[in-house]
Amino acid sequence: MAKYLLKRIFYMILTLFLVATITFFLMKMMPGSPYANEAKMTATQKAIMNKQYGLDKPVIEQYITYLAGAAHGDFGISFQYSNQPVSSLIGARLGASAQLGLQALVVGIILGIIIGSIAAVNQGTWIDSTATIVSIIGKSVPNFVLAVLLQYYIGLKLGWFPIAGWGEAAQTIMPTIALSVGPLAETARFIRTEMVDTLSSDYVELGKAKGLSRIEVIRKHTLRNSMIPLVTLIGPYAVALMTGSMVIENIFNIPGIGEQFTKSILTNDYPTIMGVSMVYCFGLVVILLLTDIVYSLIDPRIRLTD
Amino acid sequence: MANRILDVKNLKIDFHTYAGEVKAIRDVSFHLDEGETLAIVGESGSGKSVTTRSIIGLLAKNSQIMGGQILFHGKDLLKISEKEWQQIRGNQIAMIFQDPMTSLDPTMKIGQQIAEPLIKHKGASKKEAWAKALEMMKAVGISNAEERINQYPHQFSGGMRQRIVIAIALICEPEILLADEPTTALDVTVQAEILDLMKDLQKRVKTSIIFITHDLGVVAGMADRVNVMYAGEFLEKGTVDEIFYNPQHPYTWGLINSMPTLTSEKLESIPGTPPDLLDPPKGDPFAPRNKYAMKIDAQMKPPFFKVSETHQAATWLLHPDAPKVTPPDEIVRRWEHYKELQAADKD
Ligand SMILES: Nc1ncnc2c1ncn2[C@@H]1O[C@H](COP(=O)(O)OP(=O)(O)O)[C@@H](O)[C@H]1O
Ligand SMILES: [Mg+2]
Repeated sequence: MAKYLLKRIFYMILTLFLVATITFFLMKMMPGSPYANEAKMTATQKAIMNKQYGLDKPVIEQYITYLAGAAHGDFGISFQYSNQPVSSLIGARLGASAQLGLQALVVGIILGIIIGSIAAVNQGTWIDSTATIVSIIGKSVPNFVLAVLLQYYIGLKLGWFPIAGWGEAAQTIMPTIALSVGPLAETARFIRTEMVDTLSSDYVELGKAKGLSRIEVIRKHTLRNSMIPLVTLIGPYAVALMTGSMVIENIFNIPGIGEQFTKSILTNDYPTIMGVSMVYCFGLVVILLLTDIVYSLIDPRIRLTD
Repeated sequence: MANRILDVKNLKIDFHTYAGEVKAIRDVSFHLDEGETLAIVGESGSGKSVTTRSIIGLLAKNSQIMGGQILFHGKDLLKISEKEWQQIRGNQIAMIFQDPMTSLDPTMKIGQQIAEPLIKHKGASKKEAWAKALEMMKAVGISNAEERINQYPHQFSGGMRQRIVIAIALICEPEILLADEPTTALDVTVQAEILDLMKDLQKRVKTSIIFITHDLGVVAGMADRVNVMYAGEFLEKGTVDEIFYNPQHPYTWGLINSMPTLTSEKLESIPGTPPDLLDPPKGDPFAPRNKYAMKIDAQMKPPFFKVSETHQAATWLLHPDAPKVTPPDEIVRRWEHYKELQAADKD
């Protein structure tokens, strides 16, 4: 186990290093410059600015400086926000995103499990078909469309929840709904498939042959076995939610990292773009490791070894 | 007469499919007495599993009972509610499935899985059930049971898992044990061990067994009586000796001929394929593959002709007007052996 974890951590660092390298050089290759009014700048002005941000140095030197900084969480100075360090910019905004993402994840997965199980248990009936249609709609309607619809009808027309903003619990409800629909739909479909499989498995048949009622068979032999594989999906969902929230954060005017990311892309704020990418990437590799550990804890067949 | 616990009369079962009605069980009758083992033998697809499942009320959703009765202690199981079924299953009637690799819950401890029926049916406490589960594990020959009771299915071999499934089936000491090809998925050496174990436990638990197999070879040491099944019907019924040494139906001859013998390893399987049960033949279903078939076999279903009190075969060859045919050499040898046995019995 310890050996396995060490190995995994080594690969995590390697992944982060590669992503840092790739994003760095991609940024260098991007057209455009970080200066809003480059056309009006004189050569001297530009040179001064470049020197200030270290852009006058050879690319390799910039790269090494960047890596060295990134290794301890320093992603340099933002081009846009009056010389704030990227790390404190991100730090200030990570909380909102994490809260929103977590809420949406929990709501989406729990509702998805419930809907998927109901569909599976009623396989082939109108309940199942309805659940399937709901899943397809949930998966195909982009969450920003839903967000705007919620804002207009629930927020503006009915006035049930605040239209936008961040700070009170009520303000988190509509963005949470908008964000959770995707994972909800996918979880529902995933659980339905898993559970239909499990329900037709031999051990469920043996459960019935033991004299267990339908409910008992589902409770004792079906739910756990169909939910275990979901763990592998939660990691990628969590990350997708954080990235997916970019647009939602913009729509609901939430001071999250996604909103920050959009702004920095629009303004060629390289250090921030790279910083946020690295934070996403770090989140992803950590979550993937965590899911593997959790998987091994809940499924007796999985052992963490190479 | 021995105590009759199960009496199946004129059972008919169809399956609804997109292609039409599959007439899987077409008028099947048999009985089971206390303490005995009845083997049902037939090629794959002949309806053995469907017959077994009807006795424990676990037929597929698309099935329909077209007629008949399944009398368990005189009560027709085809008429009882799901609630009543739940009290019978795993308690008075238990079942062992074919594939031990898939019939255990992969994420539940063995001990819990064995204890489950006892908690359900006998109202045992967790502790009592656990103790009994441990006892059962020892009874089915799992060594180091104290430790292994906490393990999961993937930590056991196929043969060990089938022992566990047997423990589950027998923990409530059922009156009937349905064993649907319990050794088909196992290695030959393990097969023999499992069969021995079943026979041994049958005596201890005093259960009757319906033993399903497509392999006549494993029947000899196991069963008291044998019913030969084909295309949803029984073609011949008799005691083990009668079926092995005095077979009358050409299909039974074919099955015996395809068993490996001491002298020849080669299997002579019966040529041809079973009939389509969407549109079953109206005469003897085996006629199209039967080289001894007569014209009447294609036109009219033969009734059961009585060979002895315990032996019946549904073949026109037993009709008084039928011409005498010479069965395969192996069968002729067996018939001779049977005559010697009977002569010896009389002395
Ligand atoms: N759920 C089902 N739907 C349609 N046909 C079925 C179903 N179950 C069994 N059958 C058919 O019934 C016949 C008997 O099957 P089965 O009892 O499983 O055979 P065996 O156990 O002797 O190999 C086969 O022709 C099979 O195709
Ligand atoms: Mg079968």
